[in-house]
Amino acid sequence: VLFFSSREKKRRRIEDLTEKMAVDSGHRDGGCDWDGRWNHVKKFLERPGPFTHPDFEPSTESLQFLLETCKILVIGAGGLGCELLKNLALSGFRLIHVVDMDTIDPSNLNRQFLFRPNDVGRPKADVAADFINSRVPGCKVVPHFKKIQDCDESFYRQFHIIVCGLDSIIARRWMNGMLISLLSYEDGVLDPSSIIPLIDGGTEGFKGNARVILPGMTACIDCTLELYPPQINFPMCTIASMPRLPEHCIEYARILQWPKEKPFGETSLDGDNPEHIQWVFERSKERAAEFNITGVTYRLTQGVVKRIIPAVASTNAVIAAACATEVFKIATSAYIPLNNYMVFNDVDGLYTYTFEAERKENCSACSQVPQDLQFPPSAKLQEVLEYLTENASLQMKSPAITTTLEGKNKTLYLQSVKSIEERTRPNLCKTLKELGLSDGQELAVADITTPQTVLFKLNFTA
Amino acid sequence: MASTKASKEQKYDRQLRLWGDHGQETLENAHVCLINATATGTEILKNLVLPGIGAFTIVDGHTVTGEDAGNNFFLSKDSIGKNRAQAATEHLQELNSDVSGNFVEEGPDKLLDNDSEFFHRFTIVIGVQLPESTCLRLGSVLWSASVPFLVCKTYGLIGYMRLVVQEHTVIESHPDNALEDLRLDQPYAEFQNHIKSYDLDSMEKKDHSHTPWIIIVAKYLEKWLSEHNGQPPKNYKEKEAFRQLIREGIRKNENGVPEDEENFEEAIKNVNTALNPTKIPSAVEDLFNSEQCKNITAQSPCFWVMLRAVKEFVHNEGNGSLPVRGTIPDMIADSQKFINLQNVYREKAMQDAAAVSKHVESLLQSVGKPAESIPEKDIKLFCKNASFLRVVRCRSLAEEYSVDTVNKDEITSCMDSPDSEMVFYLMLRAVDRFYQQHSRYPGVYNYQVEEDISKLKACVNSLLQEYSLNVNIKDDYIHEFCRYGAAEPHTVSAFLGGSAAQEAIKIISHQFVPFNNTFIYNAMSQTSATLRLLELNGNLPFADLFSSPNLPM
Repeated sequence: VLFFSSREKKRRRIEDLTEKMAVDSGHRDGGCDWDGRWNHVKKFLERPGPFTHPDFEPSTESLQFLLETCKILVIGAGGLGCELLKNLALSGFRLIHVVDMDTIDPSNLNRQFLFRPNDVGRPKADVAADFINSRVPGCKVVPHFKKIQDCDESFYRQFHIIVCGLDSIIARRWMNGMLISLLSYEDGVLDPSSIIPLIDGGTEGFKGNARVILPGMTACIDCTLELYPPQINFPMCTIASMPRLPEHCIEYARILQWPKEKPFGETSLDGDNPEHIQWVFERSKERAAEFNITGVTYRLTQGVVKRIIPAVASTNAVIAAACATEVFKIATSAYIPLNNYMVFNDVDGLYTYTFEAERKENCSACSQVPQDLQFPPSAKLQEVLEYLTENASLQMKSPAITTTLEGKNKTLYLQSVKSIEERTRPNLCKTLKELGLSDGQELAVADITTPQTVLFKLNFTA
Repeated sequence: MASTKASKEQKYDRQLRLWGDHGQETLENAHVCLINATATGTEILKNLVLPGIGAFTIVDGHTVTGEDAGNNFFLSKDSIGKNRAQAATEHLQELNSDVSGNFVEEGPDKLLDNDSEFFHRFTIVIGVQLPESTCLRLGSVLWSASVPFLVCKTYGLIGYMRLVVQEHTVIESHPDNALEDLRLDQPYAEFQNHIKSYDLDSMEKKDHSHTPWIIIVAKYLEKWLSEHNGQPPKNYKEKEAFRQLIREGIRKNENGVPEDEENFEEAIKNVNTALNPTKIPSAVEDLFNSEQCKNITAQSPCFWVMLRAVKEFVHNEGNGSLPVRGTIPDMIADSQKFINLQNVYREKAMQDAAAVSKHVESLLQSVGKPAESIPEKDIKLFCKNASFLRVVRCRSLAEEYSVDTVNKDEITSCMDSPDSEMVFYLMLRAVDRFYQQHSRYPGVYNYQVEEDISKLKACVNSLLQEYSLNVNIKDDYIHEFCRYGAAEPHTVSAFLGGSAAQEAIKIISHQFVPFNNTFIYNAMSQTSATLRLLELNGNLPFADLFSSPNLPM
């Protein structure tokens, strides 16, 4: 599928392939370009080749499309984001937007190379944009210091390609859901011009992955949710009465002692506040001493409280490079894009594995099919709630369940608003039958993992 | 303005969790040399400056062109016309004030002409976009000086790396899926005594359900051995029976229904791995049998002295086994039982390490070196990692390029697979040959693309002929490499930048295992391969196509 031929890019046969010089066929862009600036890029856009995409035609128009028209959105201006911005800017992309809700922390400086010690405390998106714009003349990165959820449909619709460098699965799923919600179908047929390709990168220590998602066409984030197993927390009884590891002692201080002792008043525990961490550290050491457990350190304490994932520049560089290569391929049709998932690991030598992740037929995000909920009518609503959060393919965080009863919208349970939570809490102990639900009933479930509600269909079992 | 210790801890926190303070120290004492500040070069260096290497020196005699400033983040429009080493150093230096940046405005050939030992001072030399002759010359100099050499090249959509190091020892390889060292098949005396202290049948319910699974397996194994002539469960059927035996040990309530004893479920789940015989990994046995281990001299690096000491331990106090590692996984148990069990292993590990220390001492003495030359904590670390020791030896470039020692069989067998990355290795060699002959790369200018195809093909053929390689390279590849016109697209440079930097960090820190010895990245298909073009006397008959066979996720 050639994405942009039907949209902005006009195709014209190159007039003269036997130019004497490979470069400088006119400085189309005026002041900020210089001789030879785009030589490395042009070879892939202006020359035919045996391995190009079948629809690729060499042209000087492709570079112009990148420089003047192609709009890319980068999600995240952290470890991957900084690399992505650099990579895109040096590949010819100029119309780039970047979204990031965070401010710069000293621990970012070992890899987020657009930031300097003086920038600590400033919004990442702003600093990143400034740096790129000043280092790469002509590049116009527009920063957005906000959450992805604070941007609406009309914002996302303007982009040709979206590339994510996120550190949260929830955010990824939300972005995934947003692009799926932008798809339009005519008579059940997907309109290709409504597809915005999503390139997603992730890293953790020396491991990483890069994937290409064509929403509505190829496997989406939720299709492969089992690849991200749920984060395992320590059992409460271990933490409360049977600690064995230093981590158990730290969790004790964090989960049990802090709320009880309220050492800094009503303030909740802030992992970025050294005084808070110090307090947890000291309580943890006391607890550990009680049980003859060794190994509690300040570093471990901070790691457990903040759920720190180790990170280095090199892995981010590799994954962001792979992602940016895919953005380039899709924007220019220069080569067939990655189909569709690459994993990388350089603990022992360097290892990559590339495969095609398959779409899930009944994916809760992209299959458009109402999800099956199989429960006996005597099951309590609590069981349904647990299923929604614990099932490996759903992994919802705090689902809000509504349905239509007697023609009216009814909230069965909602956790995020205190008054509604209190009002609907008794429903959890009621059976589905008691709640007036019938076989085939549709339930609409909202959750932070998706911008659109997910439709479920109740299927009563014996 | 140099950072304080506290601010460095903050800055480097995320990476200290990977290689520790001792690993960071090796980085901060390292001096890295980069030859050629092209996009690939500066990307590699960026990923070394950010984590805080002590110093870098860029060697580059080229002047910055418009092309250079277009694909290189560490060159700007103002850099055009300046010496490339200088311009790049300025921008790279900004990344980290803890790092000391230097530059030499001369190419490596000239440098070597004037000072043959110039490169001896570096911890590692990284050569980027080097022509073949310069590469081979540097290779020879660095090999004699035992300075690790990392050769990198971005050519169109292909990335290439070659590690050249005579012998690189790794104590902390940090394996992803290490098997535990539990000694259930050969419990040492203190472990046996500890097991004896438990009487499962007479225990209170609470204690019974909070007994560590290791004890449970040990107890039931004793029972099994007494009923099976001292033979442990060997096949699936026997292991199933053993699991069933443990399951029957689960307490039942007054109605005969089994209680919920998670520790017993853990025991059952772990039977398979728990019954793994304690064995010295073959890789470690090979090391025991190597020359460096057999011949300890005053020049022997600490690694070999410690290894020899461990070997002596194995043949004496160890009764054929390595020193006990001393760690156990977390498991369902009450605090006291777990800590007590953990201490049994820890104390044994300390004991074994002390015995190894004695051997280290006598070895050092025998070659006239003081006992303090290898600190206690190094010996402990060595013992803890005894199962995971690795030594990487890469053949020299001279051997790779020599007609006499080139490994034809591997090249030919790789080329039998249609998708092998080996074809790119051969194309890069052909392109180097083209450069030697024509003093330029193929297809740089548009008008050259077509006419260079036949010239490049001639280089391919002469290469294959010279090395008597009976392989076929499709014309498409020759066309593609002319099309590339020696382009160095930024994203491919950046991929290689991350890859090469991490390999350099492995060499510097001696943690994690470097690749051995040729890595090819194909950005068209987002695939890669590690080719190990071995000596003719090498152990493996085929080039490894992957560094590790397991899916990491």
